[in-house]
Amino acid sequence: MILDGKSPTGPIEQTWDKHRFEMKLVNPANKRKYKVLVVGTGLAGASAAASLGELGYNVEAFCYQDSPRRAHSIAAQGGINAAKNYPNDGDSIRRLFYDTVKGGDFRSREADVWRLAQVSNNIIDQCVAQGVPFARDYGGYLDNRSFGGAQVSRTFYARGQTGQQLLLGAYSALSRQIKAGTVKMYPRTEMLDLVVVDGEAKGITIRDLVTGEVRCHVGDAVLLCTGGYVNVFYLSTNAMGCSVTALWRAYKKGAYFANPCYTQIHPTCIPQSGDYQSKLTLMSESLRNDGRCWVPKNHDDNRPPNDIPEEDRDYYLERKYPSFGNLAPRDIASRAAKEQCDDGRGVGPGGRGVYLDFRDAIERLGAGLIRERYGNLFEMYELITAEDGYKVPMRIYPAPHYAMGGLWVDYNLMSNLPGLFVLGEANFSVHGANRLGASALMQGLADGYFIIPYTIADYLAQTRPGAVTTDHPECAQSIEEVNAYRDRLLSVNGKRTVTDFMRELGHLIWENAGMARSEESLTEVIDKIPAIREEFWQNVRVTGNGNQVNQQLENAGRTADFVEFAELLARDALHRRESCGGHFRVEYQYEDGEAKRDDENFSYSAAWEFKGVDREPELHKEPLKFESVELAVRSYK
Amino acid sequence: MSEHTAHETMTLKLIVWRQKGPDEPGRFETYLARDITEHHSFLEMLDVVNEDLIREGIEPIVFDHDCREGICGTCSQVINGLAHGGQTRTTVCQLHMRKFKDGDTIYIEPWRAKAFPILKDLMVDRSALDRIIQAGGYASVNTGAAPDGNAILISKEDADYAMDAAECIGCGACVAACPNGAAMLFTGAKVSQFASLPQGREEGRIRVTGMLQAMQECGFGNCTNHYECQAACPKGIDVKFIARLNREYLKTLFM
Ligand SMILES: Cc1cc2nc3c(=O)[nH]c(=O)nc-3n(C[C@H](O)[C@H](O)[C@H](O)COP(=O)(O)OP(=O)(O)OC[C@H]3O[C@@H](n4cnc5c(N)ncnc54)[C@H](O)[C@@H]3O)c2cc1C
Ligand code: FES
Repeated sequence: MILDGKSPTGPIEQTWDKHRFEMKLVNPANKRKYKVLVVGTGLAGASAAASLGELGYNVEAFCYQDSPRRAHSIAAQGGINAAKNYPNDGDSIRRLFYDTVKGGDFRSREADVWRLAQVSNNIIDQCVAQGVPFARDYGGYLDNRSFGGAQVSRTFYARGQTGQQLLLGAYSALSRQIKAGTVKMYPRTEMLDLVVVDGEAKGITIRDLVTGEVRCHVGDAVLLCTGGYVNVFYLSTNAMGCSVTALWRAYKKGAYFANPCYTQIHPTCIPQSGDYQSKLTLMSESLRNDGRCWVPKNHDDNRPPNDIPEEDRDYYLERKYPSFGNLAPRDIASRAAKEQCDDGRGVGPGGRGVYLDFRDAIERLGAGLIRERYGNLFEMYELITAEDGYKVPMRIYPAPHYAMGGLWVDYNLMSNLPGLFVLGEANFSVHGANRLGASALMQGLADGYFIIPYTIADYLAQTRPGAVTTDHPECAQSIEEVNAYRDRLLSVNGKRTVTDFMRELGHLIWENAGMARSEESLTEVIDKIPAIREEFWQNVRVTGNGNQVNQQLENAGRTADFVEFAELLARDALHRRESCGGHFRVEYQYEDGEAKRDDENFSYSAAWEFKGVDREPELHKEPLKFESVELAVRSYK
Repeated sequence: MSEHTAHETMTLKLIVWRQKGPDEPGRFETYLARDITEHHSFLEMLDVVNEDLIREGIEPIVFDHDCREGICGTCSQVINGLAHGGQTRTTVCQLHMRKFKDGDTIYIEPWRAKAFPILKDLMVDRSALDRIIQAGGYASVNTGAAPDGNAILISKEDADYAMDAAECIGCGACVAACPNGAAMLFTGAKVSQFASLPQGREEGRIRVTGMLQAMQECGFGNCTNHYECQAACPKGIDVKFIARLNREYLKTLFM
């Protein structure tokens, strides 16, 4: 089937304004009759729930943490982009749009990206008004920094904790609505199924993570704002609880999963130190503004880094990409690091690391300024490694970080299932095959504050409020399925722990579907996963019962979903016989090792339809048209 | 490699608070943590212990955690009597085993405070902190109603001060460390953030009274200037924000 993203046509500058005018509205007096279920209260979910509450809708919001303030958006460090052009350095909506389309390696929908760039400025205004303490200059004006993949300074930041401050802003707006009674918040609650009635999303089945109660919530629309899925690699920069579960259960109920193979490997993370490791820690990419990446020029150069003289250092990013240098985009910087390590010039344990050196910046700007800019990152680095980054170069290595893929949505952020909307990292939309730094925060807040409040009305206006109630047979059926699944997990009583399986899966996916993929490695994944799945259901051990706090049970469900999902990721990667953005197929590269896109055959988004756990999914294509930008080889040289 | 690590692994004795549910009695249980290296984080050490327990068919120790990088504020354990373990500006998830040595005995308990009922083992209910924020921890602006970001000028000094206060991760260590179970540092930080910014000033008065009232209703105690909160705070939030809270409160009485 050919999918239609329903992007508005005409001059791109006018698409969003035109569309906003053409959409239907819900009369203010009727809004409270509509109930909207918002799953996830990170940047996307909290901003959506708060904004819809302000408009007068009756909102229920859910998250698995004990408070909405703890969603993983909290961990974003570097900043958020906007096309304000305050520094007067040539930025504009068109430039942000262009950079994003190009940064995504021409695998995203033009109109969606334009809209993102257009509303980016409103986001900054909104956050400032909420009291988000963005960095300021001495005149009291907002300060900017630059970020990978851009030649202008358009990134707004709050020290090294931008995500925290933006999330706390959205959380405060959400708290205000909770107090006002427009939003009812359910923390420590996990969505485990989507309720679909006559083809439309009308509810969710959840498990209360404290009491174990499984119940159904119905509404007139469901918003999934449940974040990304890179924990499929086991070790990633995501939080321990981040999972594909909400998306996967919706996928199994008919929602299409788009471009699952587009995953972002972030170049600047602290290298793994042992097998016991439970997660990887990101060092913000903003560090590359002042830090220089290098490895020893010569093999077997075991001198301490500070003893290696200038002429024996290879500043490989500056060498390979003279115009972007250390600010080359993430996928490129990650692959370049891997290349140096594969070449045997990596540093640290196992040779899986490169240096990120601040010596020159400290000489130029003074340690004080570096501390002011990145103090908390240096502190974090020292806590983990016991090394002082001001004195010795940091060691970094790429790690799974972000999911560009997600559930397929149209221009209104609605999936192929009417009534199911998907926001933030959970959808596939604007970043194409690679996301630029500081643009996920922008997207999450654009979706929640400025897009969904309009587009949801267009759907709701065409439905009768409260059409489905919890006594609907689909609800009973869904509860029964969730209960049965839980009981099955608890009854295996095997020998291996859940984490053991997740480690095995993660290793398989990281080695074979990580930074470099090939037909052979991907086939291996697809061949091996059924055995892992089978063993999981025969040999996993989940202690305790379902009627209380049971973290093993939670993890078991998430792991079972990751095992199934990993196969889809590999299938998508296998079918995409080209390299683009974060998807690098070793068979498709130029002589200098750069990614080789195939626009003739693969200029489309791949949306997969579930056909059964043991059956191959069906591929639907949404062709991509480029009218406002010219398709070009993405070069950062 | 194996020789090297074998030499450097530690065995530790853990004495851990176990409690089945909010209304059940709790007690300490003793476990051994084996093969721990200096690079394990404290939570990774507990992971190792839990994996062993699961294999033995014993329910693992329940503890809250998520980001494991010191920013979400989820992790919450009292270690040897100190919230987050007592290392300066460090959450439990960032505490590393290099701070301990082979043969050490470690006591692990949940946050203990009247306003934080224990849910299971080391996991407590901190929703009272959310209720304090709901009582006024925001600037009332609807989406879409904001002027241009640079229309509101804020001196760098004020922005930095606001940011110092806003760094709070809401973990509740200040409450757990306080002999009175007070939430003054938490509340003071939020009130100070808004008090120092033009955006928040309009509703300053109702914010302070609302949040203080919520604090009391939730069962938090009063501040009697012990300053244990600042010592325990993993973000180093300064007690000057408590003084600011008191000043802002006094203002409401005379306005
Ligand atoms: C370490 C790190 C640093 C980053 N730095 C930057 C940066 O500097 N700039 C930038 O632009 N981007 C950055 N990103 C990316 C960006 O932070 C995320 O993409 C973005 O915050 C995601 O927001 P979200 O609202 O979509 O999801 P999240 O914030 O992950 O929220 C997901 C929500 O869904 C809930 N949830 C999930 N599953 C379920 C379920 N089954 N049931 C109920 N609830 C569920 C969770 O409880 C949570 O509330 C960074 C990411 C990481 C990991
Ligand atoms: S787990 Fe997030 S702060 Fe410790």
